[in-house]
Amino acid sequence: MSFVGKPVERIEDLRLLRGRGQYVDDLHREGMLHAAILRSPVAHGRIKAIDSVFARKMPGVHAVFTAADVGSPVPTVPLRLAPLPELVPFEQPVIAAQEVRYVGEPIAVVVAETLAQAEDALDAIELDIEPLPAVVDCHHGRLAITYTASKGDALSVKAPYVRKERFGVQRHTAVCMEPRGLLASWDGAKTKLTVAGAAKVPFATRRMLAKNMDLPEDCIDMLEADVGGGFGVRGEFYPEDFLIPFAARKLGAPVKWTEDRRENLLASNHSREMDCELEIACEKDGTIVALRGRAWVDMGAYMRANGSIPPRNIAQFMSGPYRIPHIHIESHALLTHKTPVGTYRGPGRFEADFFRERLFDIAARELGLDPVEFRRRNLPRPAEMPYPLATIRPPEKTEELDSGDYQSALNRCLEEFGWTEKVKLNGKLVDGRYHGLAIGCFIEGGAAGPRENARMVLDEDGGVSVYVGSASVGQGLETVCAQIAADALDIGLEKIKVFHGSTTYLKEGFGAFHSRSVVMGGSAILDAAKNLKEAMRHGGRSAEGTFANHHHTYAYGSAAAHVAVDARTGEVELLEYLMVEDVGRVINPLTANGQAVGAVVQGLGGTFLEHLQYDAQGNFLTASLADYLLPTAGDFPNIVAIVLGESPSPHNPLGAKGGGEGGIVPVGGVVANAVAAALAPLGAVPRVLPLSPPRIWQLIREARPRNSF
Amino acid sequence: MSLRFQLNGKAVSVDVPARTTLADCLRHSLMQTGTHVGCEHGVCGACTVIVNGEAVRSCLMLAVQAEGAAVVTVEGLSPQNDLSPLQKAFRKHHALQCGFCTPGMLTTAHALLTEEPDADKNRIREVLSGNLCRCTGYIAIVDAVYEARAAYRK
Repeated sequence: MSFVGKPVERIEDLRLLRGRGQYVDDLHREGMLHAAILRSPVAHGRIKAIDSVFARKMPGVHAVFTAADVGSPVPTVPLRLAPLPELVPFEQPVIAAQEVRYVGEPIAVVVAETLAQAEDALDAIELDIEPLPAVVDCHHGRLAITYTASKGDALSVKAPYVRKERFGVQRHTAVCMEPRGLLASWDGAKTKLTVAGAAKVPFATRRMLAKNMDLPEDCIDMLEADVGGGFGVRGEFYPEDFLIPFAARKLGAPVKWTEDRRENLLASNHSREMDCELEIACEKDGTIVALRGRAWVDMGAYMRANGSIPPRNIAQFMSGPYRIPHIHIESHALLTHKTPVGTYRGPGRFEADFFRERLFDIAARELGLDPVEFRRRNLPRPAEMPYPLATIRPPEKTEELDSGDYQSALNRCLEEFGWTEKVKLNGKLVDGRYHGLAIGCFIEGGAAGPRENARMVLDEDGGVSVYVGSASVGQGLETVCAQIAADALDIGLEKIKVFHGSTTYLKEGFGAFHSRSVVMGGSAILDAAKNLKEAMRHGGRSAEGTFANHHHTYAYGSAAAHVAVDARTGEVELLEYLMVEDVGRVINPLTANGQAVGAVVQGLGGTFLEHLQYDAQGNFLTASLADYLLPTAGDFPNIVAIVLGESPSPHNPLGAKGGGEGGIVPVGGVVANAVAAALAPLGAVPRVLPLSPPRIWQLIREARPRNSF
Repeated sequence: MSLRFQLNGKAVSVDVPARTTLADCLRHSLMQTGTHVGCEHGVCGACTVIVNGEAVRSCLMLAVQAEGAAVVTVEGLSPQNDLSPLQKAFRKHHALQCGFCTPGMLTTAHALLTEEPDADKNRIREVLSGNLCRCTGYIAIVDAVYEARAAYRK
């Protein structure tokens, strides 16, 4: 019997399709109260007074909490990934005490019998905030830290062709369809805090919450409900992850909080906003000698749980999949008075690919080289694997590409796309629109360590319960883990029940980030299955398994795009987009393809539509889905993803590589290069995302002021 | 205020404050949590239900406006122990990932195919463009709805 590799229809669909999913806002508890959060209306200011006397007397109100109730010092949102002592001063207090530093920062929590009553009382709180100057442009912001990625001798090496350019990517983020939510309950008699709505990293969140609430970890259960999308943003520790459990404990009653969409756009992590000055040095034949430059990353007001990742990644992954002997990238993480930043699918990589691939096409054009040949020449060959990337610091971390035939993926992409024929349209004006085509190459990192755990229990009915520390963010984890477990035990899929995420299932688990759930959790399941078989020989009915790993996996591929640009309006139509990605081993072709296509369309949103905007005073301008535009069903119909499993990773027993993020990584670069190719006859050069009609129109005007269309 | 309406073929009566939306009434008073709330301003479509045969945003409709109406939610489109042809097509095409937008997609598609069982892909895209999905990129959803058309032809 074999399930791995087959397009198995998902187990979770049976409940989700019938409206029987249980998302956190679907949960009810007896005596449950509702919380609403008062957030700063200004970007920067000193809190002089918070008057909640009237609010406390309003119907149904049980409490209004401010920093004064939380106690001094106010706990902070801890750094989870790459924590460094020098970043601790920039951690976010869970509730503002003296100063507010972005629009949306929590100031007070109202708890009432109904949500409407809580929101009514919110309006009755009087705030006196003395405004202070707001920093909106990160180039004027305070420096939190500088990361440096280096390899060879990039600062002094010489080459016959050198070219420097500046590029920028706009602030945008995940915007999961399900807003965040929490339902916290406190049982004083048992000293037990139960928090439903945990996602992504429930065990890490429990550790941080236990420290902040001064409770032993085993007094806290984090429960994972169905999760309506994660993409890196949901499930990190946020101020609310302290405030809602705190309120429940204070009041001795269950307290529920569900973000509304305005809060979601204001208060969930933002991402992506950075710009760079990047220089390439190469031989006349296109062989790259060096890549060097600087990036400036807008961190928002605080360094949140995983905020250090985008500025680290932009430095470490600027070189992407290419063979570049000399690299020196400095990345400055700068604080502003905007919503704090965290990871969003392909953090730093989407931006790096836009910067690098744009520069490559500019260089290839100036050198008179075919952009495909330019890339082919600089891709490492299988015999060069593992291939070293630049070393990042601080903290110092070396990194290498694990395996793969990068040129073969490029060739497959060219063939499937029909590149040779279609590229003849480049720069041509057809029926009033300029056509442009481009191709690019990418990698995605996966399988973050340090380990993952699993446990298997033989049930009374002959089935097997599989508990795994990986977490679901809606990606189909249940099905994929069941496929792996069924094959490992050589039993039917219907005999497997998968339980994941909640802290009640295992002593320790690590969760879902850095495209790790399947690789790490799946490998732990293999180990547990081996141990269960051994245990059964001695009459045992359960076994644990673990998988430790410090080597990242690198899925890789190529993507091609064909656009038509109306120079009269600046409107770009994406006519075709095709990507090929090798993920080492495909566990389920249905879900692997779903990850790829979904990620591409998300990337197209970031390329064309999505922009979290502020005015010069730091007021947030895009607080609804009518202002923040997401892709719709009519926008991008022609996406094809080909997901391969031809180059297994040597670093895990499945041979799998993380495959949840690759689709998004090349989109901005490839599509911008296609637009640049289309507009080459007009001399318009895109350097900044998003490629919105006004921006393209303006580029064309600036390039050819006397042109009239 | 007390009101009565038909919910998935059964008469229900419920007492809610006048300002309660139909979405909140369904979810929190009648505990039918299959209808999801994604934006509360009528853009995302996750809360779409069928009122007297028409797809409606239940976050933009007050519960009291449903007085006397026939309301169908995702629960009402679901056979007890099986999936409907539309749901089967969604599963086959992997037209859902996190599943949060799915109830709204199903109600919208059901209302469309009931009226227009011959809708072509452009028409399906046009109608579904009022429902946001952040996971799938929509292509599988359009394919699923297109395949399910046969079940709606008389």
